[in-house]
Amino acid sequence: MFKDIFKKTRYVTIQPAPVQNRSSSEISPQPPTLSKKELPDSLWVKCPKCGEVLFNKDLEENARVCTKCEYHFRISARGRLALLADENSFEEWDTELITLDPLEFPGYEGKLLEAHEKSGTTEGVLTGRAKIEEIPVVLAFNEANFMMGSMGSVVGEKIVRAIERAIELSLPVVIFSTSGGARMQEGILSLYQMAKTSAALGKLSDKHLLYISVLTDPTFGGVTASYASLGDILIAEPNALIGFTGPRVIMQTMRQELPTGAQTAEFNQEHGLIDLIVQRAQMRSVLARLLRYHQGGA
Amino acid sequence: MLQLFDFEKPIAELEQKITELQKFSADKEIDLSQEVAILEKKVASLKKEIYGNLEPWQKVQIARHSERPNFYDYVPLLFEDFIELKGDRLFADDRSIAGGIALFHGIPVTVVAQVKGKGTKENIKRNFGMPHPEGYRKALRLMDQAEKFGRPILTFIDTPGAACDLAAEERGQGEAIARCLLAMAGYHVPVISTVIGEGGSGGALALGVGNVVLMLENSFYSVIAPESCASILWKDTTKAKEAAAALKFTAQDLLRLGVADEIVREPLGGAHKNLRQTAEEVALAISKYLVRLRLETPDVLRTNRYQKLRAIGVYQEISEKSSEILEKP
Repeated sequence: MFKDIFKKTRYVTIQPAPVQNRSSSEISPQPPTLSKKELPDSLWVKCPKCGEVLFNKDLEENARVCTKCEYHFRISARGRLALLADENSFEEWDTELITLDPLEFPGYEGKLLEAHEKSGTTEGVLTGRAKIEEIPVVLAFNEANFMMGSMGSVVGEKIVRAIERAIELSLPVVIFSTSGGARMQEGILSLYQMAKTSAALGKLSDKHLLYISVLTDPTFGGVTASYASLGDILIAEPNALIGFTGPRVIMQTMRQELPTGAQTAEFNQEHGLIDLIVQRAQMRSVLARLLRYHQGGA
Repeated sequence: MLQLFDFEKPIAELEQKITELQKFSADKEIDLSQEVAILEKKVASLKKEIYGNLEPWQKVQIARHSERPNFYDYVPLLFEDFIELKGDRLFADDRSIAGGIALFHGIPVTVVAQVKGKGTKENIKRNFGMPHPEGYRKALRLMDQAEKFGRPILTFIDTPGAACDLAAEERGQGEAIARCLLAMAGYHVPVISTVIGEGGSGGALALGVGNVVLMLENSFYSVIAPESCASILWKDTTKAKEAAAALKFTAQDLLRLGVADEIVREPLGGAHKNLRQTAEEVALAISKYLVRLRLETPDVLRTNRYQKLRAIGVYQEISEKSSEILEKP
């Protein structure tokens, strides 16, 4: 079935994943859980920071944070959602948007299918509304397993729609960015998603609605240079790498090796670029506290 | 001597032959005017054929030509007066971005541009046209001022990209660019962005959120440099030519994709062949749109700009009620 549609058009058409809540008005009957895709095949995983060999199950139970040194491993969009939102409170939006290949870019179709397989989702961002400690909020999460959360037309459009709906509903917005930046395969269209998302955030700001941006590992390029940097409050997860240009490109183009620790959340905080570093385990309660300060503020 | 590209060599060879023939004719006092005329006709048609059918990579080469006119070259030809204003009030004055107040056809405007240098020495001073955060913050300061005083904003894009070094990271390159995007989207004054050379990624876009985006015929505007794209796709920077074609970043492509509004004609062979003629074409295009935009109310200007941005992107949407597939745009 997948293949049929695929053959009829010259575009890549990834059908929305068979999620329960296709329509935006339905509320997910199941509490979101950590996706299976997240569990690597091996039982054990080695912590890149302290070298501790961790039992995978323990890692998952600890929200993918090293039980010994608190190193924060990457986590899927749905994994984050499960940790943050009140049970059964999430309503997913815009699942019916489908990515095309407007430039007929070499290898893009294959990349999209591969990303779909790997992530179990159709695009690099998950959006919707939910409650955090009873406080209604619009949420967006980049999906690292889908082409490293890169922003093409669909990611930009979903984020903008979420922001516009937040304006309609007078709700605050929290976006978790995890992204390599603008998606090369959609060329200039990806680049202008930076302007489009920033423009929407300007409108949100005009309405005196709160926007909290949470930067997670990794956040780079066109995403750092657009919505991820425009929060009223900028939060980062510990040890997350955050920057504009990736260290490899800096090395290639400038022959400059970055000092150890450059572009970490801690480095960014030291240079005055972010407000807070918050442990994953505390994220929900910190967000709730901040949201509560801004209730009725609009 | 002007930088000459491989694809221009047939033209240069023919021109060389004409010069030789003319010299021979003068020396020996033989009339070869007919032969010369034939060759000149041939040169003209060859130029049209070569320059009229440039591949994306050849346009990249022209856009990056060492003699390509930069912002300062255009200033005396576009404006009756220009007062350059410097500094971001926070850290430094970045010389890869220039800006100030100018008079365009008698109208006070704010001008902001990325500037590449001519020659190595000037290029080092201007960091090869790659702005640091202080450059974007200067741009933002000047554009905010334009908004305050109700002056139209004219931006000129010509950069390989934003600076990519440790200093840029320490001072928040991403945030500096993002602030420009947000601010430009919200202005109540006309904003016209013209890509005069290289439009390199987010560093270019920071000045690109116009009501109108104009592109010079041989300019390009891309999410990533063709060399970097080739390096990612094929692990081979020498395949930049193939990457240039894949990225669909020429003025003609961007017009089709709804990003550019108009293509500004260049003289055959590129802007550097005739600066005055190019500047006239640029002035004509800016003037045409500025006249129109100045008739709009501040709110309409802002709304139209938002709508323009809002419409950029290509995707499909399955309508919820039926299985009909809507395609946009």
